[in-house]
Amino acid sequence: MSDNPMQDQWIVGGHVIDPAQGIDRPMDVQLNGAKIVALHEPGNAPKAACIIDASGLIVAPGLIDIHVHFREPGQEYKEDLLTGSQAAAAGGFTTVVCMPNTDPAVDRREVVSLLRRRSDEIGLCDVHVCGAISRGLQGERLADLGEMAAAGAVAFSDDGMPVMDAGLLRRALEYASDLNRPLMLHEEDFGLTGGGCMHEGQVSTRAGLEGMPVSGESAMIARDLEILDDFGGRLHICHVSTEAGLRLLREARNRGLNVSCEVTPHHLFLTDLAVLQSEYHSHTKMNPPLRPQRHVDALRAGLADGSIQAIATDHAPHSDTEKDHDFSCSSFGVTGLETSLGLTLKLVDEGVISRRRAIELLTSGPASVIGWDDRGSLQSGMRADLVLIDPTIEWVVDPSEGRSRSVNTPFVGWKLRGRPVMTLLEGKAVYQLHTTPTNAAPLVGSKPRES
Amino acid sequence: MKPVSLIDPKAALRSDRSGWPRHLLSCDGLSIEAVEQLFVAAREMRLVGRRRVKKLPTLRGRTIINVFFENSTRTRVSFELAGKRMGADVINFSASGSSASKGETLGDTARTLDAMNPDLIVVRHGAGGAPWFLAERLSCSVVNAGDGINEHPTQALLDAFTLSEHIGDLNGKRVVIVGDIAHSRVARSNIHLLNTLGAEVICVAPRTMIPAGFTDALPATWHPCLDDLIETADAVMMLRIQRERMKQSLFPQDREYSIRFGMNPERAARLPEHAIIMHPGPINRGVEIDPAVADGRRAVILDQVENGVALRMAIGFLLLGGSGE
Repeated sequence: MSDNPMQDQWIVGGHVIDPAQGIDRPMDVQLNGAKIVALHEPGNAPKAACIIDASGLIVAPGLIDIHVHFREPGQEYKEDLLTGSQAAAAGGFTTVVCMPNTDPAVDRREVVSLLRRRSDEIGLCDVHVCGAISRGLQGERLADLGEMAAAGAVAFSDDGMPVMDAGLLRRALEYASDLNRPLMLHEEDFGLTGGGCMHEGQVSTRAGLEGMPVSGESAMIARDLEILDDFGGRLHICHVSTEAGLRLLREARNRGLNVSCEVTPHHLFLTDLAVLQSEYHSHTKMNPPLRPQRHVDALRAGLADGSIQAIATDHAPHSDTEKDHDFSCSSFGVTGLETSLGLTLKLVDEGVISRRRAIELLTSGPASVIGWDDRGSLQSGMRADLVLIDPTIEWVVDPSEGRSRSVNTPFVGWKLRGRPVMTLLEGKAVYQLHTTPTNAAPLVGSKPRES
Repeated sequence: MKPVSLIDPKAALRSDRSGWPRHLLSCDGLSIEAVEQLFVAAREMRLVGRRRVKKLPTLRGRTIINVFFENSTRTRVSFELAGKRMGADVINFSASGSSASKGETLGDTARTLDAMNPDLIVVRHGAGGAPWFLAERLSCSVVNAGDGINEHPTQALLDAFTLSEHIGDLNGKRVVIVGDIAHSRVARSNIHLLNTLGAEVICVAPRTMIPAGFTDALPATWHPCLDDLIETADAVMMLRIQRERMKQSLFPQDREYSIRFGMNPERAARLPEHAIIMHPGPINRGVEIDPAVADGRRAVILDQVENGVALRMAIGFLLLGGSGE
């Protein structure tokens, strides 16, 4: 390694958590350039090495969020790749996957290439792209899956919309499996959910709002698992929110189907009562909607027992243009990149999952959903994407201090413990708490657009 | 937004959502004392409406804006008359369609209205919760004149007022509400209010018209057959049936609905002697109510209309009357 012209960097004194390797103890990390060289027992760093002191910190693989909306191209007033990447880096994320419901939609190679190029130019986060399943997200004809895969699309989805046509889903599943790409499905049967804006149940009845029943999600999951069983391929179910949906997924995995799923932080902490508690505040409106406590409990159990492979934020920035409305006219969605780690660590504090499992759900778990083998762990030769976490910092969620261009979080005012103090992307510090990155691409102001 | 972590989740289902005495947003949580105070005032106001000169000086110099995002004739006219009879300056602001479709947010509308320094905003909106949204952003009082399928508290108040005028104290009385409970703001407000006043509320409808978790969420019960209840009802409230619900398969067609759930002369004849029949209007003659019943001796539909003006005068009086400069 000494013949490598780049100087080694050592991250020393920290507590390494690398779930993929089963490591959860003090170790030093040796990097060279953009790659991990090796993990070492503490105290072996050469004196001349470039040292990052991680005393008192957790050293983990850079976090991976496989479900975000960066709104570029077309809705840059909500977020763009720069502000989204800044939010990601501040949240400890080094890789994200953007959903294709932009304007125009990501349904052809040119848009995939554009976003991949922008990601490289910005250099704060490795922004990947999930291409559309159907042309224009219309649910009618296949988008250019092969060309998009060649341009770098890592998965396909019509997220925001279900694939209502079962025949189209079958063909997409078959076609995508030749490309070795998973389909990421937003599961919703419009016949059951149409017109609804929150979970259908006691609270929607009390609040006087049209509801979206549990079966609006679970019936579609059941349908699509049957299609997967019949035709093969690889499915990933986005933002599972119901006990019934999770039960179906658990059963499907038990009988060997190639299916994974993710859950969002907000579905792990909030219930449909938040709509009433907040007096119809639009920041409690998302799709799938917040569900009653028993679903929250089921999802938490699913994290612990391995039925859920990833925590993903469904980071969905919206401006006041979409959110400064009454509840039913407001757009669905909340931001999440800057609160995800703190909330996941809160699950550890609450005894739901171990710290190692928490990191797994944010690193190797989501990496395995996409099929990445170059990230999500600190094995030799992998990307030097890391996050240094101070597990003791207590902070209060204040979206006006956030990097995202939008402020639509339901967690405003929450006290969280633990946050990233440094994020490294391919060996470069792209985020440091309370300071601006120095050796990364220039930051054009932390909040270019006043809210 | 209030941090949702700081509110007791269990309290959310039994909190006072009425907004009273600053606003009137909901009947959920409105106290008996407030209701009685309103009824006393409404009795006085009704007398004013029957005089040759129907105007009071009470709200002179005060501004009331009726903001109607949804078409309405009778409710708007009732509020308008009420405001004018109280001496207020009443302006009607019609904004059909959502503000979003014009590129303006409801927040923009709220700030625009607030800059005009009104004393009271009466709002009708197609979306549940919109009055809360406005109440949070306006410095004046807000009255909910119907928000989506959520609530229509002034209708429930005038219904309860009419009921108590005809059958006396509502404590222990049985009120049967027939119709599309799931999509009725009138039913939802009435259920809360009648429960507060001690009445028993039984809703009659096909299950397609009963919302999820109904008996857990609201203080009422459900029964699928009107004939089973007709002999024990002190009052029957017929809700207007909306034909567009046929498209959603909530019921197959008018005739079948009318046969199973309509108030026809045979059913009306089986009611107890003192029982009354109510309808918030406008009625669908021959669908939920037979013309002979609508025009018959038990129907108090026009009393409801008269009481509506009186009750809305009382609301204006109690919300604004005490705070005049």
